[in-house]
Amino acid sequence: MSSALIISKTQLLLIVLLPLLGSLVAGLFGRKIGRQASHSVTILGVAASCVVSAHVLWQLLQGAAPFNENLYTWFQVGNYSAHVGFMVDKLTAMMMVVVTFVSLLVHVYTIGYMAEDDGYHRFFSYISLFTFSMLMLVMSNNFLQLFFGWEAVGLVSYLLIGFWFKKPTAIFANLKAFLVNRVGDFGFLLGIAGVLYWIGTLDYATAFANAGAMRDLTVTVLPGHEWSVPTVVCICLFIGAMGKSAQVPLHVWLPDSMEGPTPISALIHAATMVTAGIFMVARMSPLFEMSTTALNFILVIGATTAFWTGLIGMVQNDIKRVVAYSTLSQLGYMTVALGVSAYSAAVFHLMTHAFFKALLFLGAGSVIIGMHHEQDMRKMGGLRKYMPITHLTMWIGTLALVGTPFFAGFYSKDTIIEAVAHHAGEHPGSLIAQYANFAVLLGAFVTSFYSFRLLYLTFFGEERFREAHAHDAHGHDAHAHDAHHADAHHDDHGHGHGAHEPHESPWVVTLPLVLLAIPSIAIGFLTVGPMLFGTDMMGHEKQLPFFLGAIDVLKERDVMAALAEEFHGPVAFALHGFKAPAFYLALMGFLLATLLYMVMPEWRKGITRTLAWPIKVLERKYFMDDLWIGGFAGGGVKLGKLSRLFDGKVIDGLVVNGSAGLVGLTAGLVRKLQSGYLYHYAFAMILGLVALLALANHYWL
Amino acid sequence: MSNVFSALTLGHFLTLGAVLFCISVAGIFLNRKNVIMLLMSLELLLLSVNINFVGFSRSLGDPAGQVFVFFILTVAAAEAAIGLAILVTLFRNRRTIDVADIDSLKG
Repeated sequence: MSSALIISKTQLLLIVLLPLLGSLVAGLFGRKIGRQASHSVTILGVAASCVVSAHVLWQLLQGAAPFNENLYTWFQVGNYSAHVGFMVDKLTAMMMVVVTFVSLLVHVYTIGYMAEDDGYHRFFSYISLFTFSMLMLVMSNNFLQLFFGWEAVGLVSYLLIGFWFKKPTAIFANLKAFLVNRVGDFGFLLGIAGVLYWIGTLDYATAFANAGAMRDLTVTVLPGHEWSVPTVVCICLFIGAMGKSAQVPLHVWLPDSMEGPTPISALIHAATMVTAGIFMVARMSPLFEMSTTALNFILVIGATTAFWTGLIGMVQNDIKRVVAYSTLSQLGYMTVALGVSAYSAAVFHLMTHAFFKALLFLGAGSVIIGMHHEQDMRKMGGLRKYMPITHLTMWIGTLALVGTPFFAGFYSKDTIIEAVAHHAGEHPGSLIAQYANFAVLLGAFVTSFYSFRLLYLTFFGEERFREAHAHDAHGHDAHAHDAHHADAHHDDHGHGHGAHEPHESPWVVTLPLVLLAIPSIAIGFLTVGPMLFGTDMMGHEKQLPFFLGAIDVLKERDVMAALAEEFHGPVAFALHGFKAPAFYLALMGFLLATLLYMVMPEWRKGITRTLAWPIKVLERKYFMDDLWIGGFAGGGVKLGKLSRLFDGKVIDGLVVNGSAGLVGLTAGLVRKLQSGYLYHYAFAMILGLVALLALANHYWL
Repeated sequence: MSNVFSALTLGHFLTLGAVLFCISVAGIFLNRKNVIMLLMSLELLLLSVNINFVGFSRSLGDPAGQVFVFFILTVAAAEAAIGLAILVTLFRNRRTIDVADIDSLKG
């Protein structure tokens, strides 16, 4: 093996530390070095990191051995020592490339999106810090470092959702995201503790090798219920994934996180961070394979998320929220894939989704720039004339998302649907498997409906944006020309003056769109064979599975191997896709959306009236927010008030002031004896004397 | 005369002593006006004790009791002198000898 095929420490350290360096420079010295330098240094750092990551992936593809070494001892407690180390195999390398690539494009995009923002360098500092954290998370070789990365991305996510910290809704949203994630992290931490307790190490390789030690153990958590240890550990770990990857019922933070700037929504809340949970479960496949119960749990949660949150997306009017619910739904798909042991399909969907969802988000951001920070789709319409590049790339993203054959999303999503169908076929008696099967199939319909609805409302139909500014339509023509030029550089000042025509975004915004559109079309076609089915690119020759050694599946649960037998290259796969039920369901969604939003818009009123109640439920998001905010958070507040009342009345009132009061009361009574009158004292003396004599008489005489 | 005296038994003396004692105690308790009355009641109290001493001395034929009476009378005189002196001082300070007003020790 030539030296070019050995992954060196230096490379990996560069990948991780360059974004951190960029972040520190932009964050600490941003004001001194200015905007230009701030974005240059962070973009250079991430770009270099991306290039080196790509090189590492290339090395692995050429047959380099996976890297797994501890680089630094963080701390020692007793006989446990926490290391910082990297484990880089193909799974990790793929994640690294996806993360750094999307991050790089988002960096570039941000130049255009945040051009007028006061927090320009702060923003760049944060997103570079995010890239660093995410890389630490995926490249980790032990659970503790994973947890470090996990919390660090959570922190950056918090900072970025609340980036516009003067906006109360943003502050509410970032607090919500942070708190909901704490719920998940609590489970995650318990899971990690479980791994340390029962397996005795936090190092991935050792832990997976020795995982068999806990296979037959049971633990009594509640008296009278013996639970299998792998199930408990895996469900705890998955609860962490539920928080980070926004699975029902911990999904409530993700739609609200859209309060943050759009580049963040694309980078963190669609493409990378939210997939950390999926990545984590895939990485820990040897553990999860030990518990069918845990996998079924994952399957139910994933199926519920995939279908039911998609439904909410159908009634949203905020362009970013539609995409956010779509993200939830797609994360549900990934989780479903995990639940049927199709880990590679989940990771594959993670990758394709990262590209097209980032594209959709950045496209939505471009629309928002064009509309001068208007996000309500009801006030858009007809934008295709004004924003041709955004329009085209949004189409590509949408086609990829709904699973049009040959597009990237098709290969990943259809594989998941097939895997679930296969799983349901193998377990005909399992309600869970059947439920998941229906959920992912119907999900295809729902996805298609809301995606095309978004396109139609935004880019087609009448131009409703003028109505919003109808009051100053008179100066409109003279104004529009100036505004057009000015706004290319002044995107952030909202709609302070006059009626702006929508306009295409500057090149820094459209370039990332185009660069993301390319993988959104092609990446599935090119990689489906090698990554999923162990063939070469065209599906002719067998080769070693891509994730060999990174993902472990039991033979009898290996859905992907079963599907691989029917795989005859990406072209045949796509042609077969035209005959699959998922395609027809998606087509129905497309037709329904076309009918309701293009052909017969007037029907919508009638439908809205007939379905008023279900729509209400969807608009209220199944009352989940009410449950969390009113129920748990409100209950917590009520409990706090009750406890405060208890503290005020009982502790302070009864115990503290009460005992003092009792002393005072007693003293008040006793002081009455001290009348100051001589004759009272004398009387007491006589009385005492008599009593004493009586006593003496009685006892001694 | 001797008949009269010899007819007196210890019981008579003790009864007289008790009556005097009760009068003086009642004087101390019921007197709300005057410190002088208080002092007089105290004197009476001591006298009732003296009666007891005398009565027992006679009954037991032991003169020691009567010797004690002298002591007590002496002490009572001294005490009366001190009491009156305090009374004068009190009056100078407070312009009153009303017992009900002397309550500055009240809690």
